[in-house]
Amino acid sequence: MATKASRSAARLMMAPAVVLLLGWMLVPLTMTLWFSFRTYLPLRGGDQGWTGFDNYVRFVTSSSFWPAVSTTLIILIGVLVITIALGVLLAILLDQPMWGQGVVRILVIAPFFVMPTVSALVWKNIFMDPTNGLFAHLWKFFGAEPVSWLSDAAIPSLILIVSWQWLPFATLILLTAIQSLDSEQLEAAEMDGASPLARFGFITLPHLSRAITIVVLIQTIFLLAIFAEIFVTTGGAFGTRTLSYLIFQRVLESQNIGLGSAGGVYAIILANIVAIFLMRIVGKNLDN
Amino acid sequence: MSIKNALLTSVVGFGLTAGIAAAQSTITIATVNNGDMIRMQGYTDTFTEQTGINVEWVTLEENVLRQRVTTDITTKGGQFDIMTIGMYETPIWGANGWLVPLDDLSEEYNVADILPAMAGGLSHEGTLYAAPFYGESSMIMYRTDLMEAAGLEMPTAPTWEFIAEAAAAMTDRENEINGICLRGKAGWGEGGAFITTMSNSFGARWFDMDWNPQFDTEAWANTLNFYKSMMDASGPAGYATNGFNENLSLFNQGKCGMWIDATVAASFVTGDDSTVADHVGFALAPDTGLGKRSNWLWAWALAVPAGTQQEAEAKQFIEWATSTDYIDLVAANEGWANVPPGARKSLYENPEYLKVPFAQMTLDSILSADPSNPTVDPVPYVGIQFAAIPEFAGMATEVSQEFSAAYAGQQTVEEALAKAQDIANEVMEGAGYK
Amino acid sequence: MARAITTNRKAVNTALAWAIGLLIFFPILWTMLTSFKTEAQAINDPPLFLFFDWTTENYSTVMERSNYGRFLWNSIFIAGGSTILGIIIAIPAAWSMAFVPSRRTKDILLWMLSTKMLPAVGVLYPIYLLFINLGLLDNVFGLTFIIMLINLPIIVWMLYTYFREIPGEILEAARMDGATLKSEILYVLTPMAIPGIASTLLLNFILAWNEAFWTLNLTAAKAAPLTAFIASYSSPEGLFYAKLSAASTMAIAPILILGWFSQKQLVRGLTFGAVK
Repeated sequence: MATKASRSAARLMMAPAVVLLLGWMLVPLTMTLWFSFRTYLPLRGGDQGWTGFDNYVRFVTSSSFWPAVSTTLIILIGVLVITIALGVLLAILLDQPMWGQGVVRILVIAPFFVMPTVSALVWKNIFMDPTNGLFAHLWKFFGAEPVSWLSDAAIPSLILIVSWQWLPFATLILLTAIQSLDSEQLEAAEMDGASPLARFGFITLPHLSRAITIVVLIQTIFLLAIFAEIFVTTGGAFGTRTLSYLIFQRVLESQNIGLGSAGGVYAIILANIVAIFLMRIVGKNLDN
Repeated sequence: MSIKNALLTSVVGFGLTAGIAAAQSTITIATVNNGDMIRMQGYTDTFTEQTGINVEWVTLEENVLRQRVTTDITTKGGQFDIMTIGMYETPIWGANGWLVPLDDLSEEYNVADILPAMAGGLSHEGTLYAAPFYGESSMIMYRTDLMEAAGLEMPTAPTWEFIAEAAAAMTDRENEINGICLRGKAGWGEGGAFITTMSNSFGARWFDMDWNPQFDTEAWANTLNFYKSMMDASGPAGYATNGFNENLSLFNQGKCGMWIDATVAASFVTGDDSTVADHVGFALAPDTGLGKRSNWLWAWALAVPAGTQQEAEAKQFIEWATSTDYIDLVAANEGWANVPPGARKSLYENPEYLKVPFAQMTLDSILSADPSNPTVDPVPYVGIQFAAIPEFAGMATEVSQEFSAAYAGQQTVEEALAKAQDIANEVMEGAGYK
Repeated sequence: MARAITTNRKAVNTALAWAIGLLIFFPILWTMLTSFKTEAQAINDPPLFLFFDWTTENYSTVMERSNYGRFLWNSIFIAGGSTILGIIIAIPAAWSMAFVPSRRTKDILLWMLSTKMLPAVGVLYPIYLLFINLGLLDNVFGLTFIIMLINLPIIVWMLYTYFREIPGEILEAARMDGATLKSEILYVLTPMAIPGIASTLLLNFILAWNEAFWTLNLTAAKAAPLTAFIASYSSPEGLFYAKLSAASTMAIAPILILGWFSQKQLVRGLTFGAVK
């Protein structure tokens, strides 16, 4: 048991991190809350005083609000499902004996090192451009009509780009988890005549549940905030306007800080709902 | 709070010491990554040699630039000594007192030589707030060879009806030739700018004299329906995501019969990168006989934010970069076709420059644009492809996103216009116009 | 017989894994190839894979136009500085959470993570105004500090999970031998956690390197890192695929090389406590 002395030492050691993050949270949050109750239009003479809950009402009654929330969730869930499903399969494959395992692993994790802006630019121009993109060339080669990816299938394209970026992360964590799986247990199950599918379902998957939880948690934090990918590819058109993009439009494009700040408060609330939801559903995996 | 302050202050301490080490007279310029600006950066050394002033460039893509400089100017961040801005921002910022008036430029600079249309659009109440680096209108660029093959002849001032007909005749899907390429990309400065100028010629307008949005009018429906049916029939695949740059590369690859866009593009489509340089003709932007053509007016201009520590140096740079001497410098090194166009009267009086095939048509287009009287019916705003009010950029970007979704077939033109009307109403109410 | 089956299986695994690996890596490979083409070759139909006139003209254009060295240095400084600073602040915090847990430890951890969910654009204006008042705009130190704050929750959490896997008995034994708290952390705990610390360093270096909102919006010329460098090559006028590819390659190459050399560390340490 920890002594009283070590307890207060522990508090002291936690202090810098806690104080810094508290500052990082409270200072902008307080300012955001303050702005959200004011009419603040930088291009129209700045702060024009108190306006009560007007900004909150206006943000939430705007025709763009609910579509933005659902787009945010669709992208989040889409990317999570794809990266985890493919990540599990890829991790199992990479765990098998093969030649050149190290090189393959390098190839697979490479997208994680690419800046979001760069990956969005490359995908948008060099691959998805309906005239000069590689996909268009490929489609034409097979005699098909090139697809205008970023207008006709904007959300799937966006999910593809973001999944490509995050698949390596999921694969890495799942691979580490699989490597710690007791192979004797699997062999024993095989002896008992369990089918590969059963072995996967009853041994591998439960073993991975904790790792999957981690992937869901970390990716959710980052995916709720994706911005560069949308800014570069569609600019929020074709139904790709997420909540954080909507706030960007209010704050920077429309120069309405009050309205944007109210949106920021909603985004924080949404993030916390998602977080609590996550904790309730899968958080138990994190304990013990 | 106090701990955070203490920590931040100590970080500031570091920052200050780092800052002092920097050279004394260095100006920082935020600019857009367009060809003419990048060329100008190449000549910066000439300026530094002449004046001893160093220049730091912050070159950004247009959307990023706009976001960056707007944040800085509204908060008085003071990060830039010169900002590259356009005709939309200048009068609004000037009215707010955020820009240094350019009313004391030198004799040799000859302010009176700036084209009146440009000077007018870059002024607020008669005071010039930004000096045009280059100016543009929009016009038709077309393939003379394809036009001939189609058995048609381009009038100097065509109607939209003729354009649609010619586009259909020039289209050859087998050989990947699209009769017409136009902007459809979302964004107020992209597809939004184009469709607004087009709507002007169809008799539509953004607002009536009481600032009521007008998207529920027949004129707007006609504009969008005409645009969409013409582009569906004769435009390139995925035109809903094409902006200036996408169309430029399509045209240069020989995949467009006609292209209506910025006059500055003329030097690119007749330049080295173009595969069709020898077969390009020019004509005025089309109309419908209602009295307004669908051409815009724009300038990329250099402005000095109020509060800069280096006002004198910044003005010195502006005088250099937007002078006739600079034009001569570029002409001497890279030929007359590559000088920044559309800013100065004297350029269009220069017989050498008038030999450039697109010079006269550029001037004619610029002269036919009237920002203070842009529409068939009267409007309370100034600006052709925009309305010079602070709310416009954000609102028009959202509106153009609805239009792009209609071009892509994700909603009907009627739905897009209804949504546009809602968006505009929401914004105008929020801004206190109603 | 059994041996033959394993060899066969190994061959199938190898083929499949290589195919998938190359598919995932292809966009990066293609970008690198494109960076050595001329603009016309870059959009050639059919696409040119290997047989084109290799040229380095795009790289020389980019080098001529931009001060790549300064962008690179700023990226290294900001990513490196923020990671190191973050680790220094996080180690004591993670230690006390792992070894002197209280009822609230879990809550504090989750709260720390939740600060990451604050949408950046929503607080751009507050932070920008704050930075003006503190004179921190376009300043690498200010930016380093912000990036450190953004990644601090992840750093604390990663370290916490590593520390928790270290058996407490070892620490108690050290304490018996009369080790002070300081020497306990420095000489007993830290060496044992080196793999974990290394992968925390790496992951956060990557995250900081790729952060593209604050680094773009709080800088002008002096402190701008590679994310701002890229913003000057996206969609200019005219053909730009080859130049964009060259600039992209230059922006990602340093981190890609670092990542490749250290991938063993990364794979070993990137567990977030997922392995028990």
